[in-house]
Amino acid sequence: MTQTLSPSEPLADARPVVSLDHVTKRFPGVVANDRVSFDLWPGEVHVLLGENGAGKSTLVGMLSGLQLPDEGGVLVEGREVRIASPARALELGIGTVFQHSMLVPSLSVVDNMALGGSWWSRPDRDGVARKMAAVCADIGVTIDPHAKVGSLSLGEQQQVEIVRALMRGSRVLILDEATAMLTPKGADDLGALMGRLVKLGIAVVFITHKLNEALAFGHRITVLRLGRKVGEIAPERLAALGPAAATAEIVRLMFGTGATATEAVATTVRTRPNGAPVLEIEGLAVDDPSVPVAGIDLSVAPGEIVGLAGIDGNGQKQFAEALAGQRRLAAGRIRLGGETIERLDVGGRRQRGLRYVTDDRLGEGTVGSFPISLNLLLKQVGEAPFWRRGIEQPEAIADHARRLVSEFDVRTPGIETAIGKLSGGNIQKALLARELSGPTRAVIFAKPTYGLDVQNIRATRQRIREAADRGLAVILISTDLEEVLELSDRVAVMSRGHIVGVVDNDAGARNRVGELMSGVTA
Amino acid sequence: MSETTQIGGDALLARRSGAWRERLRLVAMALGPVLGAIVLSGLVLLALGVDPIAYYGYVVDRGLINPYGLQATLTRMGPLLLIAAGLIVAFRAGIWNLGGDGQFLLSAVIVAALGPLLVPYLPVWLVLLVGLAVGAMVGAVWSLLPALLKAYQGVNEIITTLMMTFLGVSFANVLVKLAFRDPATTVPQTRTLIVADRLPRLFDTTVSSGLIIGLVAIVAVHLLMTRTAFGLKLRIVGANPRAAVHAGLNVPLLTMATFALSAALAGLAGAVEIMGVQGNVRADWNPAYSLTVVPLVFLARFNGFASIAFVFLFSVLSIGGESAARRTGVPNFFTLVVVAILLIMLGITEYLDQRRRAAGK
Amino acid sequence: MSGLFTEAFLTSLVLGALTAGLPLMLAGLGEQISEKAGVLNIGIEGMMLFGAYLGFVVAYYTGSVWLGFLGGGLGGVLVAAPMALFCIRMGLSQIVIGIALTLGAEGLTALLHHFQFAQSYPRLPAVPTLAIPGLSAIPVIGPALFDRPPIAYLAVLAVAVTAYVFRSTQFGLSLQAAGDKPAALDAAGVDVARVRTCAVLITGFLAGIGGAFMSQVGAGIFVPFMTNGAGFIGIVLAMQARGRPLWVLCGALLFGACLSATTALQVAGVSIPTDVIQMLPFAAVLMVLVLFGRRASLPPALGTHYVRGAR
Repeated sequence: MTQTLSPSEPLADARPVVSLDHVTKRFPGVVANDRVSFDLWPGEVHVLLGENGAGKSTLVGMLSGLQLPDEGGVLVEGREVRIASPARALELGIGTVFQHSMLVPSLSVVDNMALGGSWWSRPDRDGVARKMAAVCADIGVTIDPHAKVGSLSLGEQQQVEIVRALMRGSRVLILDEATAMLTPKGADDLGALMGRLVKLGIAVVFITHKLNEALAFGHRITVLRLGRKVGEIAPERLAALGPAAATAEIVRLMFGTGATATEAVATTVRTRPNGAPVLEIEGLAVDDPSVPVAGIDLSVAPGEIVGLAGIDGNGQKQFAEALAGQRRLAAGRIRLGGETIERLDVGGRRQRGLRYVTDDRLGEGTVGSFPISLNLLLKQVGEAPFWRRGIEQPEAIADHARRLVSEFDVRTPGIETAIGKLSGGNIQKALLARELSGPTRAVIFAKPTYGLDVQNIRATRQRIREAADRGLAVILISTDLEEVLELSDRVAVMSRGHIVGVVDNDAGARNRVGELMSGVTA
Repeated sequence: MSETTQIGGDALLARRSGAWRERLRLVAMALGPVLGAIVLSGLVLLALGVDPIAYYGYVVDRGLINPYGLQATLTRMGPLLLIAAGLIVAFRAGIWNLGGDGQFLLSAVIVAALGPLLVPYLPVWLVLLVGLAVGAMVGAVWSLLPALLKAYQGVNEIITTLMMTFLGVSFANVLVKLAFRDPATTVPQTRTLIVADRLPRLFDTTVSSGLIIGLVAIVAVHLLMTRTAFGLKLRIVGANPRAAVHAGLNVPLLTMATFALSAALAGLAGAVEIMGVQGNVRADWNPAYSLTVVPLVFLARFNGFASIAFVFLFSVLSIGGESAARRTGVPNFFTLVVVAILLIMLGITEYLDQRRRAAGK
Repeated sequence: MSGLFTEAFLTSLVLGALTAGLPLMLAGLGEQISEKAGVLNIGIEGMMLFGAYLGFVVAYYTGSVWLGFLGGGLGGVLVAAPMALFCIRMGLSQIVIGIALTLGAEGLTALLHHFQFAQSYPRLPAVPTLAIPGLSAIPVIGPALFDRPPIAYLAVLAVAVTAYVFRSTQFGLSLQAAGDKPAALDAAGVDVARVRTCAVLITGFLAGIGGAFMSQVGAGIFVPFMTNGAGFIGIVLAMQARGRPLWVLCGALLFGACLSATTALQVAGVSIPTDVIQMLPFAAVLMVLVLFGRRASLPPALGTHYVRGAR
């Protein structure tokens, strides 16, 4: 409650309001943050930029009280603190607006803000509404205090959360992937709002993976990569660089330099396939409430790997599911080896050789409580020789499982082990075994190395390469640009449900793809 | 869902010693709740001023050792096993069919009305076969509405099946009182299928062949669910509906099939109860078997063979309890208390096991 | 049919609707509170039954109607407490535990009743009524509506209180949040488990009073299994009312009218089996589900155990 919303001199304070001092956070098998230091200055929008898995969420978690660092310290106004709960974070004046709304949709805006008072008291709706109006006026937004949250747009809900954080006296406002769900207009509005907030002396942390937003809204930019802080651009430098040079600098930080990428290019030089396309997609469209997909044209030749790059949640999942037959097409045609398959179901498409390696391995790829042997046949239930007249043939199933387990090097106590008990890497191997065995013509890989350790990443990428070498048409969906560039022959970039460009994977591909991904129109 | 992560390597090491411990754990988890329930129920008896040892002794004697008691126990098992089989299908497919009582009762009434009508025209065996088929069909039809609502509208089946039970129970009474009433009796009831026209008894006992039907059904269901492609598909839908969609299964169709099968078995139970035991349906008769079998199937963890054991245990308790009611003055409602305590003990065991495993990690 | 709309018939119908409907309403109201907080309370049948039993016993021994209702509420809470412990604290399946508690309460009340009263079914004296001056003199509805036991007025008042709590108290907001988005409630510093526990205990209290109403006012005796599915009807009422207490009252009176219409019809000289009439409300609700099934709204977190940080 120490917050007064009066304009203060930006950068007047000599010390940061919040600092992370060499914090390290480990999760089983992963170092999510490795000695990251990070200062927040009042009156500044500090952008935290990085790809998925770079460690941004973990960093936010430690600031907002969801996680405690394993090593290193958190300082608020120079004093060392322990932020053990979200409530403690609020007490310290750190408010967080999470990517997924923390509002109750069925309650009104004021009720959401009033939530948490003593049980039998009447929520002070008028008082809250008055306070809200004051804060809204300060930061220049208008919200109907009596509207149901569920009826507001996502952008408006975000404004509500920002206002709520300020009403609770936050001096630091963390916006976690705040623009991920917003329309371009909503994103611009948010950017303008951030500008007004910092003028009031508030420190804003803006987490994003969109380069253009980082440049447009940020005063200071910190880039995270694989859990490490790889660079920070101070306000003076950012101003001095200008947009073009800053973009180049950030792309270099985010995705590594050409020099650092050479370690991966120890692979065999692939001959560029140019046969007749085996998989052709024309005008594919999918209805979806969050990301409608439309006008996808793509064709893949046998032996070709087409990378589908893009920020997560730009319609890749919808596209892959529609292609595999899990989702209805709103429009479009799909031909596999010249045969029209868009009217077939999942099984029919699979039988004709179309495979889909999902990224949601436990959520939909497998049934965690079932043995590996059955999970390997999940998409062939009832087919001979594993079932005869509907009756299970344990021998055939076990033989099949043993063969695939050894062929794909799945490390497991036995083929009867519940697949959910395996490590992520071994589950992925089992999925690859299921999708890459048998007569296959085209494979869709969705984020195939997501969440895996280095060794399994390497093994998985090798499988993808082998699949192409066998003459399969491969679509590789990945949010890891490095991976796309390492494996693909061509790279298509997906943004907001459309393919915004397809480039040949040559020397200049990295920059062009990076720009397309970041929404910088060439 | 995603907390199941890497163990892999150490699982390999612990494999041998773990196998025994795993078996021991399973035995303990099956027996623990049963023993606990017996002890706790004994305490309840003690509190009521009844000697629990004497009571349990009497129950065991009258439900298990005494030949007539044993035969009654085995006869009672028939319909219960059929209901259990129906519940196993539904629960394994992730469907909460709590409408078994309506499906059971309505089938019972229609079979009871149909049987005596057909007897003059058809040989006994055909009457029985028709009765069983009609019973199964009536059960299935009574689940059609909840099935459609669940499969195509996503309406919670717990509510709809419960509603259909209430509707079914009232409807059954209407049928007994208005449509199928035996004019020869003063108490409203259907006409009676004479003993000679009922399901044959086994050998020289009074055990109805309904027991065989029940045993065959539950074993068949167990094999269906564990050994066939169809059963596997249902289990996939039950265990992970999203995986079912990913694998290209027709989830709504499988949901419909689950309802039909589950309810048909409950209906079959009604037919078996009428044609094997009761012979007619009196107005306001409702043994409410289905809701009592739900816990048993849970205790058996949806395993057919374990369900046979628990149904047997329950039948001993209920038949023995009925006799004990006359002798010791403990009404057979006590069986319900035992089942409830058993179920809660099961829950606690499961909880402790989870905690133990979480602590072990 | 000429005798159908006589005063005697209407009085009997309204009276019956109220007597049969109020317990349903109390159950539905209670269930609504649980459901709002995200707990599917299948054990409510057991809570009612235990309330019916304990209410009867207390009233029988103390001779006090009020203590009887208090005992009834307590009986419901006694069944609700294990539900809260097992389902909310331990996270066991709400359906399994609900069924277990219902079965247990059925068995236990029958057992206890048997041991106390053997086969005799002692009857309580009629519960004194409170005539509201003026209103009770209105013909037909006057005696039926305004000359009732005080608990009936309190029960109707409970609807208003619940509506007020839902709309205008912090607790009401917490209930809504616990069922709609428990994570948001947690983030606001409110203990989700505590809110849900309170909701379940209140459900038990209301359902218990509903049960006691059945045994003390409705029947005057306790008969084993006497609630006969009233709790389940309460669940249906709560789901159909979608969080609005007044709808529970209307629905309960409709059910009550159907359940008691036979008696009224007999008064009017028409004989239709009770069962036909009893089917009507269920058939009506199923029709509603068929027509508006997709729109039936339940709290998103209904039936799920809340664990902080888990998705």
